[in-house]
Amino acid sequence: MSEALLSVQNLSTVFELRARSPFAKAPKLKAVSDVSFDLKEGETLGIVGESGCGKSTLGRSILRLIEPTAGRVVWQGRELTDLSAEEMRKARRDLSIIFQDPIASLDPRMTVADIIGEPLRVAEPSLDRKTRRQRVLKAMEEVGLAPEMINRYPHEFSGGQAQRIGIARAIITEPKLIVCDEPVSALDVSIQAQIINLLRGLKERLGLTLIFISHDLSVVRLVSDRILVLYLGRVVEIGPRGDVFARPAHPYTRALLSAAPIPDPDVARSRKRIPLQGDPPSPINPPSGCAFRTRCPIARDVCAKEIPPLIPVEGGTHRSACLFAEEVLRSGDDIASASV
Amino acid sequence: MTLYVDKREALEKRFLVPDTEMPAGKPRSLMRDAMRRLRANKAAVGAIIVLSLIIILAVLGPYFIPYDYETPDWGAFRAPPDFASGHYFGTDQNGRDLLARVLYGTRVSLTVAIIATSVSVTVGVLYGSVAGFVGGRTDQAMMRFVDVMYALPYLLFVILLMVMFGRNVFLLFAAIGLLEWLTMARIVRGQTLSLKEREFVEAARASGVSTLPIILRHIVPNLVGPVVIYATLTIPEIVITESFLSYLGFGVQEPLTSLGTLISEGASVIQVMPWLLFFPGAVLVSLLLSFAFIGDGLRDAFDPKDR
Amino acid sequence: MADTRETLLSLTDYSVAFDTPDGVVQAVSNLDLDIAPGETVAVVGESGSGKSQTFNGVFGLLARNARTGGAVNFLGRDLLSLSSKELDKVRGRDMAMVFQDPMTALNPAMKIKRQLAETLEIHRGKSRREAEREALQMLKQVGIPDAERRINQYPHELSGGMRQRVVIAMALLCQPKLIVADEPTTALDVTIQAQILDLFRDLTQSFRTALVLITHDLGVVAGIADRVAVMYAGRIVEEGKVDDLFSRPAMPYTAALMRSIPRVDREAEAVEPIPGRPPNLIHPPSGCPFHPRCRFAEEKCVRERPPLGEVSAGRRAACWFPFIDAEAGTGGENALAETANV
Repeated sequence: MSEALLSVQNLSTVFELRARSPFAKAPKLKAVSDVSFDLKEGETLGIVGESGCGKSTLGRSILRLIEPTAGRVVWQGRELTDLSAEEMRKARRDLSIIFQDPIASLDPRMTVADIIGEPLRVAEPSLDRKTRRQRVLKAMEEVGLAPEMINRYPHEFSGGQAQRIGIARAIITEPKLIVCDEPVSALDVSIQAQIINLLRGLKERLGLTLIFISHDLSVVRLVSDRILVLYLGRVVEIGPRGDVFARPAHPYTRALLSAAPIPDPDVARSRKRIPLQGDPPSPINPPSGCAFRTRCPIARDVCAKEIPPLIPVEGGTHRSACLFAEEVLRSGDDIASASV
Repeated sequence: MTLYVDKREALEKRFLVPDTEMPAGKPRSLMRDAMRRLRANKAAVGAIIVLSLIIILAVLGPYFIPYDYETPDWGAFRAPPDFASGHYFGTDQNGRDLLARVLYGTRVSLTVAIIATSVSVTVGVLYGSVAGFVGGRTDQAMMRFVDVMYALPYLLFVILLMVMFGRNVFLLFAAIGLLEWLTMARIVRGQTLSLKEREFVEAARASGVSTLPIILRHIVPNLVGPVVIYATLTIPEIVITESFLSYLGFGVQEPLTSLGTLISEGASVIQVMPWLLFFPGAVLVSLLLSFAFIGDGLRDAFDPKDR
Repeated sequence: MADTRETLLSLTDYSVAFDTPDGVVQAVSNLDLDIAPGETVAVVGESGSGKSQTFNGVFGLLARNARTGGAVNFLGRDLLSLSSKELDKVRGRDMAMVFQDPMTALNPAMKIKRQLAETLEIHRGKSRREAEREALQMLKQVGIPDAERRINQYPHELSGGMRQRVVIAMALLCQPKLIVADEPTTALDVTIQAQILDLFRDLTQSFRTALVLITHDLGVVAGIADRVAVMYAGRIVEEGKVDDLFSRPAMPYTAALMRSIPRVDREAEAVEPIPGRPPNLIHPPSGCPFHPRCRFAEEKCVRERPPLGEVSAGRRAACWFPFIDAEAGTGGENALAETANV
């Protein structure tokens, strides 16, 4: 239908680590390997994975807060990775980010007015003080903060309020895309819901496109239209929310879903669990072939040979990087229980 | 369709809750918080009072006493402290009033210390924050230069500077400030390295703020704590350096004087005229103690653990 | 109820307060809670609800500005009146604690073997060789693969999940009657969390150890607990069997909490947040501490604090208008269903 707003093509980000000795080769950490996806306007893409899977690095590489090593990020037809520093700065008004730690992401020496107004100073330097203040107040109202808070300092606020300030800063330049990096993980349960609903409301009202990064599958399920599952820097499964949650086509996704706690004693007792052995391998020295094979309950010899490509399952937009995706699908008696 | 809209609105009304609970009291910046903690520290408050008294006396005192620092009182050579004659601190071998000389010496010592410290703070903060923030090769090169400067012998430098600036004490100490900034630069660089990893700096970069404004608006203000603390420790260090150089004869020249010069003169005649050592010594000690207590108090006040 | 049951740990009118420059923080107020031998009790609450401080106090691990009140009876002794030396004997032997960050319990400069064996040597007076043999045995029991090699490693050589297993092994070594686990899986990934919870489930059964699981995650609770105590603002506001409590929450806070969390097994339009935020414990609200955020609050809730009373068999709730009121027919189910369908 419409052209992709953002198109990420074969993006890789490699960190060069410090060598153990002056003679040894510096080890390389492939945080993100060969990630591709398209994002349509108004869509929310949920990126899930465990710690160290590269989901935060992916989000930051898209915004060039970390320079990607290879691949392209095409934003509204322009290639972000080719932009000069100055052009990139201009492009940033359309792209913003919300951080995990609400307090740490606010400069402790600045007032709320200066924090929220900062992106505006860069994006529209010609604005006079008064107009800028008006815009800050409007953004504050949008996120449910009281106007009297404008001269306060970050440490005076609770975590939930601080995250609202961070969100106000992210929307003040009227961006098109917001990368939300674990925006609710540091908050209390009862506050999480407030922030999730706020983000969803803002998305509707302002027509935002979101990349929502989280380790919490239940939160991702609530906010996303499409889901991307990362394991050791690679996409193992991507597809519409309904498909991925109801009919996961990668054994890792299935295991993740089956391990996610469900606040219902009946379901918790009766549901089928797919226990995963051991810990994720190190991204410095990943296993050959499919990275998940060392923990995979259905791994076979072929899995060690080469990296399985993302192939469509059920003939649609739902794709899985498992050689035995069809088998996984067929065996898929509903893991995450009924009531879809 | 309308039904959907209604439901949506009903949903939003109930599900979008604002959080407008205000923090209590007046807005509290970190600085205000720190000052409040400082005020609660009795030793620091006492030290600030003593220091202010010394400064006020040094600045205004000379206008209220009948003697100046260079004119001899022909009627009172080597006079011990005496209230009747108006020489409250006594006089020296040349009949000059010691009180006037101490006040004047304090003034010179403090001025010199403040000049050197501001030079060292300015250079150190800029140098350190740029090195730390830019990082990589630039950082390496800049910090190796600091190491080289460290390695040069201090006294040799001072003698070289003496040759260059000759008699001008104030220029000399501006130059000493140019030596003192090394430690400051190291401290600031270390702080900057940790600050630039903080999320609020990343947030600024994500907003498109360029490097220099980030340093000036986000890094430097957050360095206030360590810089202020280190500066309060630098001032007494320079006062001592000045005393030391004056003792060696490199410092302030007659008839001008400083605390260090006064002490070195007093020390040579301690057996016959102890007051010549006692009074300048007492002032120097109170100054140093005050700065130490204030520095300590500031450290507690800025302690980030207490945030 | 309580008197017919055997109790292992019993907190009576238990309070913890902290003196701070801004005033007295009443972290835990007048708590009554019994733990029976072998049962798994989850203590649920948000940050600042006092759930951790309650048990830090039981273990004598509070900061110096803390004051405790009431009584803590464990195996017939009042822990609050024990000297720190006597408490040391009880801690580690009869009761053990597992923290969120396993590194707080492990000495980074000591091999796993020594750390485990030392506990046995101190508390059980075992010889070195015997202690090390038992330590290895225990590592195998907590599912550490390749335990013979792992036991000679240092803590930093292990992954987070593995370290937590070592800590659990250490806690179990002396076969304590009670283990208190404070957010033991919060720092871990979901797949590792599932492994650790399974481990807790198996071990408490095979060792007949009572487990107190302190957590903020209702999902974790549902899978493992027998009983649940919900804490809010330093008080238990609801307590009961896990099935009853989840299917029919009696207290509006519990119900609201359940409605506010998204579920991985359901497609939902929205979750319903609880407005506001947890109260300030220096100046707690009058009456029921939850009333400022409660949709059902009435005048009485503002004026008087509801006591934690029995609302049905085995159920206690601190609410003037609990959802469970058999006759009135306003079951907690309705409260839950109300928004589940929107």
